[in-house]
Amino acid sequence: MGILMTKQVTKRFGGLVAVDAVEIDIPERAIYSIIGPNGAGKTTFFNCITGFYIPEEGDILFQGESILGLSPDQIARRGIARTYQNIRLFSNMTAVENVLVGQHPHMKAGIFGAIFRPPSVRQEEAQSLQRAVELLHFVGLQGKGNWVARNLAYGDQRRLEIARALANNPKILFLDEPTAGMNPRETAGMTDFIHRLRDELGITIVLIEHDMRVVMGISERIAVLDHGSKIAEGSPLEIQRNPQVIEAYLGREGVEAAQAGSQRRVERAV
Amino acid sequence: MWVIGGLVLVGVVWGSVNTILNNPYSRANWIDFVVFGLAQGCLYALIALGYTLVYGILRMINFAHGEVFMAGAFTGYFVAQPLYDNGLMASQPILALLIVSVVAMGTSIIVAYLLERICYRPLRNAPRLVPLITAIGASLFLQYTFAGFYGTGVKTYPNVPSLEGEWEIAGIGVLKTQVVVIVAATVLMTLLYLFVQYTKIGKAMRAVSEDKETAALMGINVDQTIVRTFVIGAALAGAAGVLYALLNKQVQFYMGFQPGLKAFTSAVLGGIGNIPGAMVGGIFLGLFESVGPSLFLEGWQIPAPYQLKDAIAFTMLVLILIFRPTGILGERLAKKKA
Amino acid sequence: MKKESHWLTESVRGGLIGGGVIILLALIGMIGRFAERPVIDGVLVLGRLLMIAVFFAVGYGAARNELLPVTRLLTGILAGAVAGILVDLFVLFGEGVNIRPMFINASPELYEFLAFGNLAMAVVAGAITGLVAAAFRFLPARLRSALLTGLAIMVVIGMLSDQLLLILNNNGLARYVQGWLLAPRGVSVSGAVIASVVIAAISYVQSVRRAGQADQPIAARRPNRLVTATLWVIAVAVLLFLPQVLGPYHSEVLNQVGLFVLMGLGLNIVVGFAGMLDVGYVAFFALGAYVMGMLTSPEGFIAQATGAWNFWEALPVAFVVAVIAGILLGIPVLKIRGDYLTIVTLGFGEIIRLLALSDWLRPYTGGAQGIAAIPPIEIPGLFSISGPDKPQRLFYLVLIACLVAIFVATRLKHSRIGRAWMAVREDEDVAEAMGINLVQTKLLAFAAGAAFSGISGTIFAAKLSTIYPHSFGLLISINILALIIVGGMGNIPGVILGALVLVGLPELLREFSEFRLLVYGAVLIFMMLQRPEGLVPDKPQQLVEEGA
Repeated sequence: MGILMTKQVTKRFGGLVAVDAVEIDIPERAIYSIIGPNGAGKTTFFNCITGFYIPEEGDILFQGESILGLSPDQIARRGIARTYQNIRLFSNMTAVENVLVGQHPHMKAGIFGAIFRPPSVRQEEAQSLQRAVELLHFVGLQGKGNWVARNLAYGDQRRLEIARALANNPKILFLDEPTAGMNPRETAGMTDFIHRLRDELGITIVLIEHDMRVVMGISERIAVLDHGSKIAEGSPLEIQRNPQVIEAYLGREGVEAAQAGSQRRVERAV
Repeated sequence: MWVIGGLVLVGVVWGSVNTILNNPYSRANWIDFVVFGLAQGCLYALIALGYTLVYGILRMINFAHGEVFMAGAFTGYFVAQPLYDNGLMASQPILALLIVSVVAMGTSIIVAYLLERICYRPLRNAPRLVPLITAIGASLFLQYTFAGFYGTGVKTYPNVPSLEGEWEIAGIGVLKTQVVVIVAATVLMTLLYLFVQYTKIGKAMRAVSEDKETAALMGINVDQTIVRTFVIGAALAGAAGVLYALLNKQVQFYMGFQPGLKAFTSAVLGGIGNIPGAMVGGIFLGLFESVGPSLFLEGWQIPAPYQLKDAIAFTMLVLILIFRPTGILGERLAKKKA
Repeated sequence: MKKESHWLTESVRGGLIGGGVIILLALIGMIGRFAERPVIDGVLVLGRLLMIAVFFAVGYGAARNELLPVTRLLTGILAGAVAGILVDLFVLFGEGVNIRPMFINASPELYEFLAFGNLAMAVVAGAITGLVAAAFRFLPARLRSALLTGLAIMVVIGMLSDQLLLILNNNGLARYVQGWLLAPRGVSVSGAVIASVVIAAISYVQSVRRAGQADQPIAARRPNRLVTATLWVIAVAVLLFLPQVLGPYHSEVLNQVGLFVLMGLGLNIVVGFAGMLDVGYVAFFALGAYVMGMLTSPEGFIAQATGAWNFWEALPVAFVVAVIAGILLGIPVLKIRGDYLTIVTLGFGEIIRLLALSDWLRPYTGGAQGIAAIPPIEIPGLFSISGPDKPQRLFYLVLIACLVAIFVATRLKHSRIGRAWMAVREDEDVAEAMGINLVQTKLLAFAAGAAFSGISGTIFAAKLSTIYPHSFGLLISINILALIIVGGMGNIPGVILGALVLVGLPELLREFSEFRLLVYGAVLIFMMLQRPEGLVPDKPQQLVEEGA
């Protein structure tokens, strides 16, 4: 069993089944992608894992223990972190403050510590600040620590979100469309960065992505969702050739058109 | 949390049982309470419609709506008194009241229009707290502007001679004014319901409430619809102002606060955004408030239970918002997650 | 997309709005009342200044930057003139139709004042002011704000002149400023000129310096430690001597401001840090006061059972009660969002007030009469905050309480819990996903806020020696809200500024106190529309050394 396993996870909203009995098993230290057309239920599935939603059916096991029904902050403390599709930074706080918040579960100071600031709290603050600066450095935001988050450029905001997520010392990191809105060079940078996260920090990475080059280039395993169900799972090569996946993305007529098109090309060439 | 709710319920039942056993009030008393409650409830319902309409279309609480109500009621006095003095109130009560109503509703409409244009429109996309604080500021501002205009004293509406006294209905004596209020309010509420359901403007209002962007794409002028919503809500509040004056006679610059809050409670009770809900909520609250203190607070031997009448309304507000913010008839407002 | 409106229509529209505003201010009674307050002795009264300010604003707004210079001047003149004409029309109407039974302020004196004595003058005054305003807009921005600052402060000095003279008289210093700076009422003409020029100059120099600094790295910008320390010492010294200099009346004003600062700091935690708009906040103030009353006054029901406590014994009890109440009132609202939370807290506040007022709880709370005979604060045998010096003595206690509160609030802000609060304010769901326990964090905010307010209530009770339910209405909560909004939510110096302006000023100027709530309402609206972040910008904390 991998670091994260979901069993028959189902989430309904009224009559709509957003996630339908999805089962995945993510090996530790893998780079795992979840893809699918828009509205397939990918983000909803993420939300189930991170505790925003409680699935109606199924179970979610992290490191062998069920995390079903835990609140998001309890799940965060177990070592699960995430970023968001639409960047959700704490916009009016500085970059370094954002990262410091990320370290919240690993700090201990309470209200008395805050008011009286005994040496232990002072040390904790200093160490956390240092770690925050290191993390900013790691994601490439050195020198911008005092910038208010909403003033950062889009690409920097994405990095900050990742830095904030890393501040939690997670064992598994969920990235929701990390390359959205990026040009090819930035995308390549992000791809390298994701590799570093796994290689240098040993974090398991789970991605939701739409950019197929990224998905195919970076993933070790891919799961494909469509209309809430998992329709395929495997290596990038297997997924590329899977007819159901192609149909999900292009639709049956699209598949037929593509086949017809490729047939014509073959005929013309001959 | 459910423990507290349960305790309250037990308390209410226990008190009621006690009261019924001890029977301190006569049948006539109870009927008085009920009719009075009905009339008050109709007022709350009319004002509540204003809250619910605006909330449905803008998802904001128009905290200053109570002052829209006050503006109409208070200004109406300055027409009602001369009409009484020159005898029109006695000779042509319907015409006189109509004139007063037009003035009252007109004033309320102007105030609501200015509110929307100046305070709310620029903040349509602002974070949630900002329009709320603005509304609170507007409420204060309006109260004290009218206090500045008309003075801080109480003005008493003149009696309508033909409405003094009681009518005999089914062997029971009921105050004429209360009957008029109930009837008029019912007519207005029915008209509103029909308007919203069957006219083009009404449908536009419902469309914008559902989904502003899509309504705009379908050619509906969103700004205009919003203005119209405010206007209709204000007209109802202005009418409620005149009816209030018929019942309670006295008007003053801060008269809007409590009825406003109670009307809001009614709107939430019935499910905010839900038009029939606002009507039901208003009448329910009016009845509960009128009959309640005598019914269950007496049973607990609480002295002068009427002092706590308002506390009952506020307690109901708090309990509803905590336990069932969707109200009796409402739908759950989805919480946006990620 | 809005069409570009022609400058002609824009100026006329502006003028009409300006005229309308003046008529509104006149009917409310503000212009009339303010006409009694001199600003520049013999020359300018506040009411007149108000009218001129409106003309100025209209002219300034009409003279948009993209127009030709001559056109800009014309728009200013036109806008001002139109405003004046509208006012004239109102006066003519009022002189013909008697609206006084309805609008109580519509008196002949008002009409005469509005018309500047004769109708034509109103238009001329409007036109000239509009012209000046339009020309003013040509000046560079820095000069403009410096001049405005100078004029504003000069006006404030003028309004406060009798207060200042009173204070200076107490200390025998009045003769030094009389004549050239201050007249018996208002600044003297020479004073007006000197004050505005000097302050404008200082302000200008300051802004030039600040602009120069913006290019320097942050470390160099940080003020010299020695300088900061010296400033603190001076400030403390001034504060220590202040009550003696000010005398009882003004010390009392400062006490009032201080109590509001305390409450403002507390509400600041709930609203400013944690983002929960609690409008029932006055309930904790009331609790602190009532607990103090019940324990220390011979009429208080606990005192009757156990013997009267003294202030210092009752204080911790009140503190604990307030904190518990904060938690209890916080629990039900944990899951409620935004506007509903506000309404629920409003409901709570009102319920508590109604209960305190009721006959049912009279044996405990004293009902509508409240609790009287609360003894003054004293250290037995040593020091009693009572007697003719009471305000001055109380000042020191209030000052200490405020300093402690500022210290605690600042420490909280720059701590793990402070950041957690701000994260909850920014995005509650994400904060939770970061490992922040929402229940604990929110309850902590409520408890902390309640504690500040409760302490303020205890001092209030001892200060007034009688407390009634009427002192604890919704308006106080809104009052506190207004001052943290003006100062800037989440901003500690802002709270102090807000309290000084919104609580201190009305205490000093009777005319303002009449319109206090009206102004609060207008201020809330204005701030939300124009500057939701507050007057004192919250500088983000520079945690990181540059070059890291």
